[in-house]
Amino acid sequence: MTDEPLLRVRSVSKFYGNRIGCEDISFDLWPGEVLAVVGESGSGKTTLLNCLSTRLMPTSGSVAYRMRDNAFHDLYRMSEAERRMLMRTDWGFVHQNPADGLRMTVSAGANVGERLMAVGDRHYGRIRAAATDWLGRVEIAEDRIDDQPRAFSGGMRQRLQIARNLVTGPRLVFMDEPTGGLDVSVQARLLDLLRGLVHELGLSAIVVTHDLAVARLLSHRMIVMKDGHVVESGLTDRVLDDPQAPYTQLLVSSILQV
Amino acid sequence: MNAPSDTIAQYNFAYLDEQTKRMIRRAILKAIAIPGYQVPFASREMPMPYGWGTGGVQVTASIIGPDDVLKVIDQGADDTTNAVSIRAFFQKVAHVAVTTHTADATIVQTRHRIPEEPLKEGQVLVYQVPIPEPLRFLEPRETETRKMHALEEYGLMHVKLYEDIAQHGHIATTFAYPVKVEGRYVMDPSPTPKFDNPKMHMSRALQLFGAGREKRIYAVPPHTRVESLDFEDHPFEVQRFDEPCALCGGMDVYLDEVILDDQGGRMFVCSDTDHCEERRDAGHRGHLAGEDGPPSSISEGGTQ
Repeated sequence: MTDEPLLRVRSVSKFYGNRIGCEDISFDLWPGEVLAVVGESGSGKTTLLNCLSTRLMPTSGSVAYRMRDNAFHDLYRMSEAERRMLMRTDWGFVHQNPADGLRMTVSAGANVGERLMAVGDRHYGRIRAAATDWLGRVEIAEDRIDDQPRAFSGGMRQRLQIARNLVTGPRLVFMDEPTGGLDVSVQARLLDLLRGLVHELGLSAIVVTHDLAVARLLSHRMIVMKDGHVVESGLTDRVLDDPQAPYTQLLVSSILQV
Repeated sequence: MNAPSDTIAQYNFAYLDEQTKRMIRRAILKAIAIPGYQVPFASREMPMPYGWGTGGVQVTASIIGPDDVLKVIDQGADDTTNAVSIRAFFQKVAHVAVTTHTADATIVQTRHRIPEEPLKEGQVLVYQVPIPEPLRFLEPRETETRKMHALEEYGLMHVKLYEDIAQHGHIATTFAYPVKVEGRYVMDPSPTPKFDNPKMHMSRALQLFGAGREKRIYAVPPHTRVESLDFEDHPFEVQRFDEPCALCGGMDVYLDEVILDDQGGRMFVCSDTDHCEERRDAGHRGHLAGEDGPPSSISEGGTQ
């Protein structure tokens, strides 16, 4: 690990007219760190994620990303071509609904291989070998490589989406409710897989979730949002075991116990 | 320019009014300046339905002059409905000379073939294009495909070829095979068979593409690189035919299959009728050509 963060977020605000999406958010993300953003619906989690991943322009503030040359680049000052290049090589984005992140009408192998072809790989055998390898790592049987994601279950689709994002060896992955819409046993497997991959590849990740259990399992650090503001942030275990802000206390105490 | 004075001037020369021709010529010039780039233009309604070559006809009407000699082919044939109608159209509205001989023509308007005979300097090949956007079936959003062209993001085109190999074991796309023009823009060469793709590379003739319904014009200037996309381990290949043309015995030409009866009988003949005739006039014979002298009119070409 270097002594410089990977992503430096300073006073990012996004307003939808007079309404606040998120306001004055600042934090650093370090290499290999998983940050969870939790909060209730409408608290600005997804707005923040979209601002950070340049899918949405913030109203004010800056986000600097340390590129592979170790220089910080302001994401909103980059050209669109550079941003799009970054998004499909050094970054990944895992959508809540796999259909948003996958091409549903091309085979699983092509879904995984698309990023490789986008960065100029022109060798079918190598692309296919990489796709096979990645399907194996996300526990999809090799004989499903030529099936379309339409023929996959929800959990498989989500795992395929993760493989598709990780194939270019990104350093930063954004995840928007990666386990939303999956049943609990599939969720558990997916979390297990994600935790393994993040650890193995040394990924940094920003995970948006409303599920505190997901945050507990995946993340090192978390920020709690309410009404577009950060109400508390800190190490995940500290925040969940000893919540200090009244809203966080409410959130933690409202977890259902079985 | 007006129609000859001894007739009532029903149309401006070559049907389109001069301002429209000027607008289309500007689009053509821009297209030539940026090989492979799709230039939007204000496509006019033409007296023929969309899908019949309204784009090609507008391009031809804008570049044709009284001294030009026009040849029109449809799938390689000079004698099919589309070719005959468009030829008659320009005879009527521009009084130009027409021909079926590739070598004699100055402008060749084509629907989905490139003549077998290599084109020369000074000739213009005008293609009728149904869907100019090569990425259309992979990415339906026009805003997105324009951005992809602008930023040269062509990975998606290879996804299509990957799918072909994954499903069929080889690149099964046989027509509208995507090409990269002068190392920059990926272009749809209109639904020509991929057999014709190599003819576009470094062609000595100017190639213009008109899509009337989609309102786009694009071009490949003479002596321009046109490379078919492929994979390193699955290189681009053209179709091969096992037998020669049944009428002229020609090899290395694109053949049409003609069903002869309901017993499975079939013959393969040149798709380019003019090429086939010239070979027969020169004494070449295929196994179904008959013993009598060479056929004298194109109606015996038999591509239908």
